[in-house]
Amino acid sequence: MSKVFVGMPAHAPAGVGALHASESFPAAARTALADTQLRRNLGAATTTIRAKREAVVGELADWEQLRLAGQAIKAATMARLDEHLIRLEEEVTKRGGVVHWARDAAEANRIVTGLIQATGADEVIKVKSMVTQEIGLNEALAEAGIAAWETDLAELIVQLGHDKPSHILVPAIHRNRAEIREIFLREMPGVEASLADEPQELAMAARAHLRRKFLTAKVAVSGANFAIAETGTLVVVESEGNGRMCLTLPDTLITVMGIEKVIPSWTDLEVFLQLLPRSSTGERMNPYTSMWAGITEGDGPQEFHLVLLDNGRTAVLADEVGREALHCIRCSACLNVCPVYERTGGHAYGSVYPGPIGAVLTPLLTGVLENPSLPYASTLCGACFDACPVRIDIPSILVHLRARSTEQTRKPPSAEAIAMTLASWVMSSPRLFGWAGRAMRAGRLLARRGRIRRLPPPLSAWTAARDAPSPPRQTFRQWWRHRDGGTP
Amino acid sequence: MTARDEVLARIRYALSAPADPVDPPRDYRRTGEHAPGAPQLLQLLTERLTDYKATVHSATPQTLGSVLATALHGTHRVVVPPGLPEEWMPASAVVDDGDLSYADLDTVDAVLTACVAAAADTGTIVLDAAADQGRRAITLIPDRHVCVVRAAQVVQSVPELLTRADPRRPLTFISGPSATSDIELQRVEGVHGPRNLIVVILND
Repeated sequence: MSKVFVGMPAHAPAGVGALHASESFPAAARTALADTQLRRNLGAATTTIRAKREAVVGELADWEQLRLAGQAIKAATMARLDEHLIRLEEEVTKRGGVVHWARDAAEANRIVTGLIQATGADEVIKVKSMVTQEIGLNEALAEAGIAAWETDLAELIVQLGHDKPSHILVPAIHRNRAEIREIFLREMPGVEASLADEPQELAMAARAHLRRKFLTAKVAVSGANFAIAETGTLVVVESEGNGRMCLTLPDTLITVMGIEKVIPSWTDLEVFLQLLPRSSTGERMNPYTSMWAGITEGDGPQEFHLVLLDNGRTAVLADEVGREALHCIRCSACLNVCPVYERTGGHAYGSVYPGPIGAVLTPLLTGVLENPSLPYASTLCGACFDACPVRIDIPSILVHLRARSTEQTRKPPSAEAIAMTLASWVMSSPRLFGWAGRAMRAGRLLARRGRIRRLPPPLSAWTAARDAPSPPRQTFRQWWRHRDGGTP
Repeated sequence: MTARDEVLARIRYALSAPADPVDPPRDYRRTGEHAPGAPQLLQLLTERLTDYKATVHSATPQTLGSVLATALHGTHRVVVPPGLPEEWMPASAVVDDGDLSYADLDTVDAVLTACVAAAADTGTIVLDAAADQGRRAITLIPDRHVCVVRAAQVVQSVPELLTRADPRRPLTFISGPSATSDIELQRVEGVHGPRNLIVVILND
């Protein structure tokens, strides 16, 4: 990593949070692909959600106009990001909130820990939030002796299962109902062995488990889907009511949000409140959306803190091609349509942001050298762009990052590069080409039923992930000569 | 340098060649085909809410009393906000003066409120914590929420809905009862929020 200068955009530092993959995507994907249960669970869930999304998107004749508006609002916001954040700070402060700024994950964790300690609480309830996972807040709080209770059903499943999230919207998408029942039986105190593996019953078990926590918690931590600069309004979109519980009942509310979540005006929200639920859960509208501006006397938390987080976002903003990734509203539509994600699941990406958007956002946040394999975790089929409600051109950013990764990695030439050089030499001479064609036929000895399953090294790198076809009995030139005696 | 100054300096560096601000195109549909309160909208709102497993009744000022009695059937204590219209007040009303504890609210059977607006397209009701809706906790903790929507409050589209809500007030947008899609992405109703949402559309 290069030295960071004061005032220069900086990448998200390693060593804290959940952005830095411990192994490369191909290595992690191999483990995931071998798990047939995982592939079945993912296949079933993504098929369900794709059909739901298509149905509700089809109801809106102006869907493309909404996407164009969403894209333009985000671009306009980023072009004046400093001004919008200052306005947001003013409005939140005016209404009794306190605004904090954090350069990176470690600083945000320190701020939140300090705020909780100041209240005297040793536990907090949490609304599902991508950003607090990104910065590893729960781990930081645990080190300070503060217990963090995840209240979203899927987050709860992940937390109780000592597991990692694998999807932006449904972090436990890799678990099926039977596995979830097992986790509840094992980890939830007071759950009866008669618990059925019906989603309805499992949801009721979660309700009973968290009820007392909600009614007695003193401090809650949330993220934010949107923050409206001109009014200081924070917006949290959810389904279960756990969000409302956390945002309404405790005395103190601490909201952590990435600086890119700000939108300029109340009117802008009308676009995103149409794009997000339909893209995300495939609903016309999610069951609950909560909004608040600072503090309201006699209603809800009487102490409100907003933590504005950079953690690599300014480095993304500095990348003129990549900055579009900051437009993401975390709907997860791109995950659900991605042929790669559908087979590997989210864990293989090694970051809290999986799928197509994660393959661009993660290396942009950390610097591409920290996650060099992620821009290749895609077939560039373009389904993600078509599904994206704010029209992020993910395929173009992937190609851009591949180029950047190649430029920045000065390694000895790869086997592929050597093979290509060799091929270009052979193909430049008719005599060598003819000789090589005949030599290829030796490969027939390795083939079984027309396919070669394993080639010797270094060609084994090719057959590790796919079969090679058996070379033909004769070369094209031989066939051409014998066709009609060699006359054209 | 404070964190604030540094983050702002980084943003300005990153935007060293800022693009001219472009006004976002707003040629999406902003107003519906029907005027607020039109019978088509009341019909659509009913369908949308029912689709997401809310119960919907319609009432006139004359039938409201009996419709509310049906909606509140089986309840013993019903919490109501301090500004609920007198004529809606059930016999079993417990008026929230702001002193009811969360534990108290967890023992009442239902809550009865008004709302500030509703959108037919999405089946969404908006509460803004005004006197006829009360503080947010009272519509959250009880397991049954009965909400009266006046016909004139029903608009068609989401943009129209937002023009009727004040972003400086605490707002709750409700589209059906509490639900989750977290298990195999199948929607099931009833998690932490009220498991029963009963909407009474009042044609007055």
